Amino acid sequence: MRAAAIGVDVGSTTCKAVAVDAAGRPVAHRVEPTDPRIEPQVERIVRELREETGAVGPVGATGYGRKRVPSGRALTEITCHARGAFATVRRSGALVDMGGQDTKVIRIGPAGEVLDFAMNDKCAAGTGRFLEVILGRLRVPFDEVSAQVSRAARAVPVSSTCTVFAESEVISLVAGGEPLEGILKGLHQALAARVAALARGTAGSGEVFMSGGVALNAAMVGALRDALGRPIHVVPEPQLVGALGAALSVLPGSP
Amino acid sequence: MILRRAQFELAGRVVGPFLASLDVWKRQLRRRRRAPRESPFGPPLESVRKLKELMTAHYFQGRFADGAVPVAWVTSGFPVEILRPLGFHAVYPENHAAMCGVQRLVPGLSDAVEAMGFSRDLCSYARTDLGSVVTGRTPVGRLPRPDLLACCTNICQTVLYWYRALADHFHVPLVLVDTPYVYGEAKPHHVRYVRDQLEELVRVGERISGRRAEPEALAEVARKAKEGTDLWADCLATGRSRPAPWTGIDGFFHMAPIVALRGTDTCNAYYRLLRDELRDRVRRGIGGIREERHRLLWDNLPIWFAVREVATLLAERGFNFVCTSYTNAWAEAGSRIDPRDLIGSAAFSYTHIILNQDLPNRLGILRRLARDYAVDGAVLHSDRSCKPYSIGQVDLKERLAAELGIRVLLLEADHSDPRAWAQEQGENRLTAFMESFG
Repeated sequence: MRAAAIGVDVGSTTCKAVAVDAAGRPVAHRVEPTDPRIEPQVERIVRELREETGAVGPVGATGYGRKRVPSGRALTEITCHARGAFATVRRSGALVDMGGQDTKVIRIGPAGEVLDFAMNDKCAAGTGRFLEVILGRLRVPFDEVSAQVSRAARAVPVSSTCTVFAESEVISLVAGGEPLEGILKGLHQALAARVAALARGTAGSGEVFMSGGVALNAAMVGALRDALGRPIHVVPEPQLVGALGAALSVLPGSP
Repeated sequence: MILRRAQFELAGRVVGPFLASLDVWKRQLRRRRRAPRESPFGPPLESVRKLKELMTAHYFQGRFADGAVPVAWVTSGFPVEILRPLGFHAVYPENHAAMCGVQRLVPGLSDAVEAMGFSRDLCSYARTDLGSVVTGRTPVGRLPRPDLLACCTNICQTVLYWYRALADHFHVPLVLVDTPYVYGEAKPHHVRYVRDQLEELVRVGERISGRRAEPEALAEVARKAKEGTDLWADCLATGRSRPAPWTGIDGFFHMAPIVALRGTDTCNAYYRLLRDELRDRVRRGIGGIREERHRLLWDNLPIWFAVREVATLLAERGFNFVCTSYTNAWAEAGSRIDPRDLIGSAAFSYTHIILNQDLPNRLGILRRLARDYAVDGAVLHSDRSCKPYSIGQVDLKERLAAELGIRVLLLEADHSDPRAWAQEQGENRLTAFMESFG
């Protein structure tokens, strides 16, 4: 099996790469924490994928580090997430992509085109970073979050969605004897409310899909479903959607 | 007094223009020394040289204005026409703040007033101006001390508090022209209310300047202001051609005379020159950018400190701002001025400034611009500093997209404080917006 293109998504938290075959099907991938020295990391990942799949095709790059990807064609995450998600689900609708530093709501048209988008601005509230900071403070591993939230008898309201203020609010809640599970549930609700506000103006009335690393957290998906009052379809391999879109963007013969 | 007046005239007529031409010459020399760069823009406008000369002379002359002639500090939407026949030298703190914005001086000036207790949430123009007043720092050498502060609330309510702070600092009279917000069209009693205030302005101006506002002089300045406004409108209208002969960014810089020198011969002579050059470019098919593929509308003030970066990012992909609601505002403000009745017509015109009108009216203006200039998309700058301009943009965005079938982006920034602009995020949004055009 010979890969025809490689897509790299250098995010603020993780670096993702996907190799696709000539038909645009993913054949290999990598996910690693983003190294501050982006060029050598990406060069190594691309080399490994080329060796593994025999790929000789072009490289598409997205994410905040996209301009640092050697000989890659750079495209924004908006375009790549829309393209990757549409290639996977083959339906129009709204895509909520929750990444490390950005949360985006992208309305995708019937041909997979970007009709409109909205993003959080100049503030990491409502993004993966928010959860990461607070979970780190509470010493809760990411893999256990979902289970802990599902055990919560009730949500302890967390009023602040500012990452910095929420951190101190959570510390005082813990000190006040509130149950950890309840606080986690409250945090997810606060975050979901913020994302839902962003989505309401842009999402339209169609189906809602979700991509990005945060979509791996079932508790977050559930909280967003409750906040929007609509079902959420998580795109398969949500973390790789951007990299897949970047690969498809440079795949020879693709539009 | 006579000596001071002679100094003032000499500064404006001889030394100012000489310094400006020296500056232009230095720039040309520097440009020649630099290796030529690949630029996405069309050839630069020849008129720029004259514009620099005009504004340098204006600010240089201003250094010698106090003590020579009466000086008024005025808001951008103030009916300055009424003060001109009284011999006032008008200083525009907003225009000055924009210059500080371009030169990225705002954080330093703002720090000075924030330390005095002014909030960073206050308009960055207000912070810049007050900061410049208390520190004496300015890129123009010196601003003349005002004898009169003239403030009109047709652009925002912030100006009222800002000018009160200035009045407190300078201990000079403050004239406030309060314009009722317009829903649909202003009622006759609204216009009468504004007219009464303008008549009072005449009396205060006469007292301070020691001159009388002669009806012939008022009619003459009204005629010039209307002519200047119409000439500016002609310049903007050339942007309807394909390709547009200049960029919206050029327009932001070339609007300085219509704001600061409205009602003067100098202003009108300049716009005749600019209009002729733009029309000539249209005839010869010269565009503001090399390859115009998409035409955009810009709403709100520019991001002064990043105006060039944003324009370049777009021009590199063939996008040009062919019209802006901000530059257009000055093509409308004076168009209804009537030389037969300056006071009455100014009361009507200045009440109908874009920022003093309700959302349906603003939507109407944007819709008209979008159609007249045949744009494919619009960028609505949500300006942290200018709340009256930014409120309602979410609805405007939806309506423009739905009614005209164009793509619309909401871009968060500030007109002059770079601390409220996230460059990476901002450029990311603009790039994604351009990618969505396919």
